[in-house]
Formats: sequence, structure tokens, C-alpha cells
Amino acid sequence: MSNPKLMQGNEAVAEGALAAGVLFYAGYPITPSTEIAEKMAERLPLVGGSFIQMEDEIGSMAAIIGASLTGLKALTATSGPGFSLMQENLGYAVATEVPCVVVNVQRGGPSTGLPTSPAQADVMQARWGTHGDHPIIAITPSTVQECYLLTVIAFNLSEEYRIPVILLMDEVIGHLREKVVLPDQLTIVNRKGPDVPPGEYLPYENDDSMIPAMANFGDGYRYHVTGLTHNQKGLPTGNPEVTKPFMQRLTQKLNPYLDRIQMVEEVLLEDADLILIAYGCSARSAMEALHIARGRGLKVGLFRPITIWPFPQKQLEKYVGRKFLVVEMNTGQLAGEIERIFGNKAVERLNRIDGELITPKEVLEKIGGLCNV
Amino acid sequence: MFNDIAQYFRTDTLPHIWCPGCGIGTITAAIVRAIKTLQLDQNKVIFVSGIGCSSRMPGYLDFNTIHTTHGRALPFATGIKAARPELDVFVIMGDGDSTAIGGNHLIHASRRNIDLTAIVINNSIYGMTGGQTSPLTPHDKRGTTSPFGNLERPFQVLELAKAAGATYGARATAFHNQLLTKLVIDAYNNSGFSLVEAISQCPVSYGRRNKFKTPADMLLWQKEHAYKAGQRIGHEDDFEIGEIFRSEAPEYTKEYDKLRQRLKEVSR
Repeated sequence: MSNPKLMQGNEAVAEGALAAGVLFYAGYPITPSTEIAEKMAERLPLVGGSFIQMEDEIGSMAAIIGASLTGLKALTATSGPGFSLMQENLGYAVATEVPCVVVNVQRGGPSTGLPTSPAQADVMQARWGTHGDHPIIAITPSTVQECYLLTVIAFNLSEEYRIPVILLMDEVIGHLREKVVLPDQLTIVNRKGPDVPPGEYLPYENDDSMIPAMANFGDGYRYHVTGLTHNQKGLPTGNPEVTKPFMQRLTQKLNPYLDRIQMVEEVLLEDADLILIAYGCSARSAMEALHIARGRGLKVGLFRPITIWPFPQKQLEKYVGRKFLVVEMNTGQLAGEIERIFGNKAVERLNRIDGELITPKEVLEKIGGLCNV
Repeated sequence: MFNDIAQYFRTDTLPHIWCPGCGIGTITAAIVRAIKTLQLDQNKVIFVSGIGCSSRMPGYLDFNTIHTTHGRALPFATGIKAARPELDVFVIMGDGDSTAIGGNHLIHASRRNIDLTAIVINNSIYGMTGGQTSPLTPHDKRGTTSPFGNLERPFQVLELAKAAGATYGARATAFHNQLLTKLVIDAYNNSGFSLVEAISQCPVSYGRRNKFKTPADMLLWQKEHAYKAGQRIGHEDDFEIGEIFRSEAPEYTKEYDKLRQRLKEVSR
């Protein structure tokens, strides 16, 4: 592959997935994510993998979980309405700890909304869309280069921590074409298999690592997988004494690894009086506005949560006492999270929900208004 | 009775949750005897189920087993089979599970003719939630959500699968246990999507609302109303048992593998 390359965001996701070793894709067509499915349909049979177009997104999510249980890295891609349909089985993957990657190229909602226009309105759906208390990882690329690299990282995190990972894109990033430089070397993580014989294997072992080893179906380790609350053997139980440690481990299993999961970009924050918080396409406008503002002598910085869930609270808490402006294409889904940390007096919002991008000019105007105060 | 197949059970998970008189236990034994007769490698057998009474079966069996979400056993199984076609995938569903919430997946698995051995345990009712009407509850019969009799007409599930493209369909009952074993063997041996309807009795949630005094009455009903191909139908409730249809069509995973080979030759 020639370097550098001109590539579309969705295409870069497909390339990143292939580089990560994906061998299974199941999906259902939906704008603005469809190019990912089309690319996978073309490429997977060439590398010995499988592509299947399912009857709906519910089936797509089910199929990738099934494929992953046999040991294959598995991917699906969708947008808001399809992401809604995936939620029950997404929760199943969380509860049964089956690795997989789900791409949501966000568009305007609710309902059919604005199929060809961008939005960032599924931030909370990514966090709490499926029922029940649960951990989740969601990451937000801002460039085509990141679409590639973060897809690889999404698979790595998914395999390492036995959890579905959501690549939370938006229509702008999905359809953007820009330069990418594909690295010669990538770190690829594969799930940890059991190191004990089948008779001793506990598929949901509650040890200090909090991440049990995963045997693949068909490899001689016969065990049970269920969405019911289960014991360490994977068998269903309603016993509170078994449920409690299971739920504690499940909901807290990412906690020891947050430093490795939470990625952020911090730009000119040291002396910043006003900190912009933005992700995905909005971060590009925020970045442009920041540089213009700095040129005018305004002390503005940017905090970009690349990992949006679990939210990198510790990294942001360092800046307590500053003023924050959260720039996002929704009515303030992440702003609420920042207010939870710093209180609502410290947090300003810039939102747009009409399908049009937040422009650098709009950010700049807001910065001007806030810095004059 | 049980010792001949005990090796296929996770005996430490017993006793099971099914009610006294339920047909799922005898149907489980019939299915497991088919696997024993076929001498399948226990490590390569996968059992996939949805949600409901019948879908608790895989938890008791010593294979690779997965109890999925309501109605979704077939797409989970499709993912498993498409990923690793060498695995022997059995899918256990209930009537509400497979024909209401999972009805779309049933017709599409049939259409793809993917090599799955699917068994619908039809007890005419949603048993686990306490007896609500399902798409296979007969017309006029009572459930808790059709207290005055079912106004709707049931699916003919095998005809549905056949029309959608399945290549093997058969029916037996909890009473016709040995026939069920034979049909599951035939279903497994068919390369494509195979559906076996296993008619069962639910004395607690269905029988007592529909004039069956005991589980034995329900088994006798199965015996009296079942007929084999060519026999005369005596009553409108009568149903045919045995192999109902069989046809030839390309199987999905084999077609996909041919595609891989073809692309390999082109790129050479």
C-alpha cells in the first residue's frame, strides 16, 4: 500500500479492521455507514474471512457475537436507528463478555431524522442504550487517520478486556476524504486463552485480573454462555451471593485499566483560561477556532476525549478552576457529564442540532463572548 | 433410561426447571439420542437457544452451549456456522420465540439455506411467562391473553419454512419420541436449513386452560391426532408426523467457500 494515501473515513475503518485481523462482518445497510459494509463484502472473502448481510441490525449484532465466540474478530457498522436495534444484543455481549466492535456513524435523530447529515446525538445511547448497569468503551475519531488507528485500538481493547467497543463516528468523519499515513507496524492484541485443561476451566473466573480467559467454541473447552446472571462456570443463577460478586466484577472490570483505555488529546491547556471540550467532527472546528483565538491573544485550549466512555474524568479534573466550553452536535449530552464533575457554573455549551456543522466562526464568536466577560 | 445418554449432560445442573408433566424433557432426550446415534464429536457440537422454557435445554447439555436473547437464536447460530462451518450447530427454540419475535430470522435462515439443525418445540403457548397466546396457539384455544379464546389463526410453521426456502422439514411429538430421534438425525444429515417441529405438552400453562385434566391426557391427544403420510385425516385437529418436505438447494456456507476459492483462482 502506497504511503501517504487519500482515503475516506468509512474506508479507513474497514482497512483498520482488516489490519487488526477481523475475519467476520455482519451488517445491514444504513446511511451514512454503508461504505464499511461494502468494503468488507469485497475484502473479507479474499482473506479467508466471511461477510454476511443480515435481515436487520438485531441479527447483525447476534451474528457477530456468535462468530466471536468461535474465536474470530468480528465487526458490524450502523447508524443511529440501527444502533437502537442493536442495544439488546449489545448488552448480551457485555454480560457474556464477548469481544466485538460496533461502529456507529452518527446521523441526525431521533427516529429516521437526518440520514445524510451529521450529529453527535448518540453519546448517551452509546453509554446507556442497553438496559442494566454495565461497563462500555466508546471511542471517537476526529480524522481519517484516527478512523484507521482507532479501529485497530478498538479491536485491541475489545480483545484484551472482553467487552464490546463502540467506535462512535459521525457523518462528517465517515464521509471525509483526507490524507492518511498507514504505519508499517501496529500493535495487535488477541484475547487471552485458557492456560488450564478443560476440566479446570472457569469461563467467568473471578480472579484479580477481573478479565477471565476466553476459550473458543469448538476448541475442546465445553462451557455455557447465557445472558442470565451466571456463576463462574457460566451457568445461570439467581442466588444473591453469586450475583453480587459477578455484577461487581462486571461493572468494575475496566477500573484497574483506565489509564490504558482512556485516550485524550490536550492542546495548549497549561495557561488556558477557557478550555474547549470537543470530539469527532466538532473537535476539528474547535481546533481551528482555538488557533485563531490564540492568534488574537486569547488563552484558549482544547481537551479532546478520544475515549468518550469511560469518560476520562481524572485527566480533566486537573483543570479544576478553569472555565469550560463544550462544543457538540447535540443538546449537551457530554456537557451534562462535565457539569457533573465541575458544577454547572463552570460549564458553557455550544450546540447545534439542525444537521449543519458547528463552524469555527461560531466557536470563535462564543469564545469571544466568554473571554470578554 | 437416562444412563445411555448421561455422558451428554451436565449432571451437576440437574434437576431441571421444567414443570412435572412437561414434554421438553422427553424431547431433550430424543434430540440427545440422535447426537449419540450420529456419534458426533461432543467438542464440535454447538447448541444455541433463544428465551423461554425450551431454550433452557442447552444449559443442561455438555456441549458448547449458548442461551441467547429472545427470538435471536438463529442469527447467533448463523454467525457461529458462517464463522466455523465445520461445527455441528443445533438450534433449540420455542413457538413464541421462533415464530413471533424471531419470525423474521426464521424465514431468512430458511432463505439462506444455511446448514443448521433447528428444532421448534411447539407447546402452543408462552409457558415461561405463564400462558400467553403465541402465534402457534390454535384458533379458539385459551391463553391468559386470550381469555375468551384465540381470535387469531396459527402459523403452519413447516409450510412457512418451506415457502421461505428451507430444504428439510419434519414433525414429531413428545409422544412419538423414537420418531423424533430419527427425524433429528435426518435433519442433521440434510446439508441446508432443516426444521423439526416437536409438538410438546404444557400441562400447567396450556392444558389446564384447555380441558386437559392431566399431562397424560395431552400425550394421548398427541397420539390420537397424529397421522403419517397417506393415512386418513379424521378430525380437523389432526396433524401429519414424519418427514413433511425435502428439497435440494445450494447451502450457504458451501457457496461462500466456493466464492473464496473462485476469488483465489482469479487473483492467481
